[in-house]
Amino acid sequence: MRQRVRFTKSGKVRFLSHRDVARVWERALRRSGVRAAYSEGFSPRPRLSFGLALSTGYESLGEYLDIDLADEVDPGELPGIVTPSLPHGMVAQSAVPIPSGTDSLQQAVTSSSWRLEVADVEPERIAATVERVLALVAVPIIIERKGVESDLDARPAILELVAEETVIEAELATQPRSLRPAELLRALDPTWTLGRVLRTHQWMSVDGARCEPIPFGDLGARGATSAPHAQARAS
Amino acid sequence: MRGNRGGSGTLAHTMVDVWARLEPHLASVQKPARYIGCELGAEVPSPGPQRVGWLLVYPDTYEIGLPNQGLQILYEILNERPDALAERSYAPWTDLEEVLRREDIPLFSVDTHRSADEFDVIAFNLSAELVYTNVLNCIDLAGVPVRSADRTADDPLIGAGGHATYNPEPLADFLDFVVLGDGEEVVSEINVQVATWKAAGRTARIDVLRALASIEGVYVPSLYEPRYLPDGRLEVTAPVDLAAPAVVEKRTIADLADWPYPKQQLVPLTEVVHDRLNVEVFRGCTRGCRFCQAGMITRPVRERPAEQVASMVQQGLRRTGYDEVALTSLSTADFSGIEDVVASAMDDSVGCGNVSVSLPSLRVDAFTVGVAAQIQKARRTGLTFAPEAGTWRMRQVINKLITEEDLYSAVDSAFSQGWRRVKLYFLTGLPTETDEDTLGIIELARRCIELAKTKGHNGSVTVSVGGFVPKAFTPFQWFGMNTEVELRRKVNMLRDAAKLAKGVQIKWHDPRASLVEGLVSRGDRRLGPVIEHVWRAGGTFQEWSEHFRLDLWEQAMAEAGLDLDWYCHRHRAEDEVLPWDHLSAGLHKDFLWQDWRDALEELGLEDCRWTPCYDCGACTGYGIEHVVASAVPPAGGSQGTGQDLHRGGEVSVTLLSRKPVGVGA
Repeated sequence: MRQRVRFTKSGKVRFLSHRDVARVWERALRRSGVRAAYSEGFSPRPRLSFGLALSTGYESLGEYLDIDLADEVDPGELPGIVTPSLPHGMVAQSAVPIPSGTDSLQQAVTSSSWRLEVADVEPERIAATVERVLALVAVPIIIERKGVESDLDARPAILELVAEETVIEAELATQPRSLRPAELLRALDPTWTLGRVLRTHQWMSVDGARCEPIPFGDLGARGATSAPHAQARAS
Repeated sequence: MRGNRGGSGTLAHTMVDVWARLEPHLASVQKPARYIGCELGAEVPSPGPQRVGWLLVYPDTYEIGLPNQGLQILYEILNERPDALAERSYAPWTDLEEVLRREDIPLFSVDTHRSADEFDVIAFNLSAELVYTNVLNCIDLAGVPVRSADRTADDPLIGAGGHATYNPEPLADFLDFVVLGDGEEVVSEINVQVATWKAAGRTARIDVLRALASIEGVYVPSLYEPRYLPDGRLEVTAPVDLAAPAVVEKRTIADLADWPYPKQQLVPLTEVVHDRLNVEVFRGCTRGCRFCQAGMITRPVRERPAEQVASMVQQGLRRTGYDEVALTSLSTADFSGIEDVVASAMDDSVGCGNVSVSLPSLRVDAFTVGVAAQIQKARRTGLTFAPEAGTWRMRQVINKLITEEDLYSAVDSAFSQGWRRVKLYFLTGLPTETDEDTLGIIELARRCIELAKTKGHNGSVTVSVGGFVPKAFTPFQWFGMNTEVELRRKVNMLRDAAKLAKGVQIKWHDPRASLVEGLVSRGDRRLGPVIEHVWRAGGTFQEWSEHFRLDLWEQAMAEAGLDLDWYCHRHRAEDEVLPWDHLSAGLHKDFLWQDWRDALEELGLEDCRWTPCYDCGACTGYGIEHVVASAVPPAGGSQGTGQDLHRGGEVSVTLLSRKPVGVGA
């Protein structure tokens, strides 16, 4: 059986890399006695698949992974079973079963919401810049992916952009072309320095409606769906 | 900051202080997860005036240092004491060091991110000599004067333990105290003395140093002075204080069963070396390999009871979530009843599946390969053996009594059981080594390839060659090591020969690094300013090839008026006073000298755990003995014991029929 799990990554563990997080999950499952299904072959690994990588140093209130479980586990109980085996700062918040054939997280997620701290810039200047960029029809920047530079119009990937004091709240597309928080900041003003970065939500689209893979708590409540409902829609 | 240590009122402030100042910079350094702590098993102790605070430092990167079992054992023992607390630190990589110096942030513990100078004791694990400049760098980053003579009662005590401390003289100027031998018991005795001194209001520094010198196994370098002969050789290193014993003896725990540590092995969140559960199955080794310092200084053999090994494995796997366990020791195949222990480790009562067992040091024989086959059912990639020398004559000199028959049957067995790659470790630059011995390495590798062919596949053999560095308290401590030029010549000769042997790859260790290791391994106190010079010139991380700087060492030696050649390449005579003669690993100097003579006469010595005692001193001197469950050598056990050594050099006719490589036949 497959389950999709939502978890947080905050505090000191934000400096773990994406690979580190995968390793932490493998060991946490073994420690908590939750058996994952293993891959075949010479070097069997537990079958876990993670969503969009979160850059080392960024925090998140909504990370996801899909686990192929070897045993039946009540999804309502899974977070409580696994969380004590996760390091401080990582909390499994919720889990839902997902039927086979469900889109992978990488395929399903179309955008993420972010809170970006901007260091050492006056709030007025931030607000003015945000307003100016929102008014543009195109924001050409150069981005780097796997060591290769390419041109990107950042504007279509900026789905939402709000300045509150020295914090910028932004929803950035991950499809068809993705824009990263550091790239957004560079598009706004290349002289600004990025402070702390927090991913607050990941979004997918179901029948044209925006929703989270698993809504959770106050932040997720805006999606106005309970977990079982989300499960139905996710399928 | 200094002077506030132990006051719980200031703690919260300083804790926040270092982390808050460090955190904004972590995004800009490589692998920031090295610096966050948060491992399973990490302690977050609260300091107080009644507790002695220890900062245990591994003076290399986190990835190398975290798995160190010695450091983890002491970390647990100290944190179990109500009058102690222990935290950890590792050498910051060069990018973070730059940040720390620029922002004036001190070295910190990864557990609570407290400043290093708030601890009462900063203790280093010295596993190798090339880290010495990192030790100075860490002391300096802690905000503590690097020379012990410049420290006051307010400064932390700087200590060290680990295998390299058997010749601590090159670091004598920088260390307040040095521990020889097993740390399990002595660390508590040190703690009690420091606690007493702390309770008395941290009186003069000499008071605590004298108290430490009275503990068996603790050496306080500042209470001794060396005198030199007009020709530059050492005359004596003698105590200059009544509290200092003439000879400092090492500490040995009698029974490993009393110390089932680590109980809470640290599980890192980021990638490290040896990232697996480690269970030490025995300590000490009496195979008697003459080049091996670890085997000489850790005698006698003390096995952990098999049932304790089994429970440490089962509990450890369950607690850590690891899917791999290593049964560690200097030669794990020698453990009594190794097959049962391996079987029980693999018995998957944990219920998580897919546990693999690794034996980090394989003995060279078919029996061992059989055990390896049992544990590597799925992943059968490569197998590593250490014959150490290419000819039987040479192996008798170094007392690594692996017969040709044992070696080829091990390799034959490996190739028959599905392995394709075999890796072989060798030393070059050994005493009495001829070019025929050196080239014997390639000849041996070539015969292994022939064996693979008889199994119908193309095997590959990787030959890894290191330059031999003589170490203190070994029979080879009198030997003048090969020059860098000579080592390079031998490596080149091996490379040329390997080119003609299809399927044989060769890797080698940088002879320049061996030269510096040789200098520091047998150096005396006059090397203190040399190490300081190299450190001040920016020579840290010397064991990392991209940072190694021979020019800095040569410059520093010239400046100090010292001769590399004299320290490294000169044979010592029997009557020469050695820089470590006022320290003792339990071994009688005349035993070592006799063993050196035996080496030169190509005389092998059987393992004393199963044969009569040679009175090396390690047992008799301390009133302890081997703790070995089996009274006989392991089934099919090689390396000399109980074998007819006259046939040790015989090679089967099939293998001899081929044309050999290089000189001789």
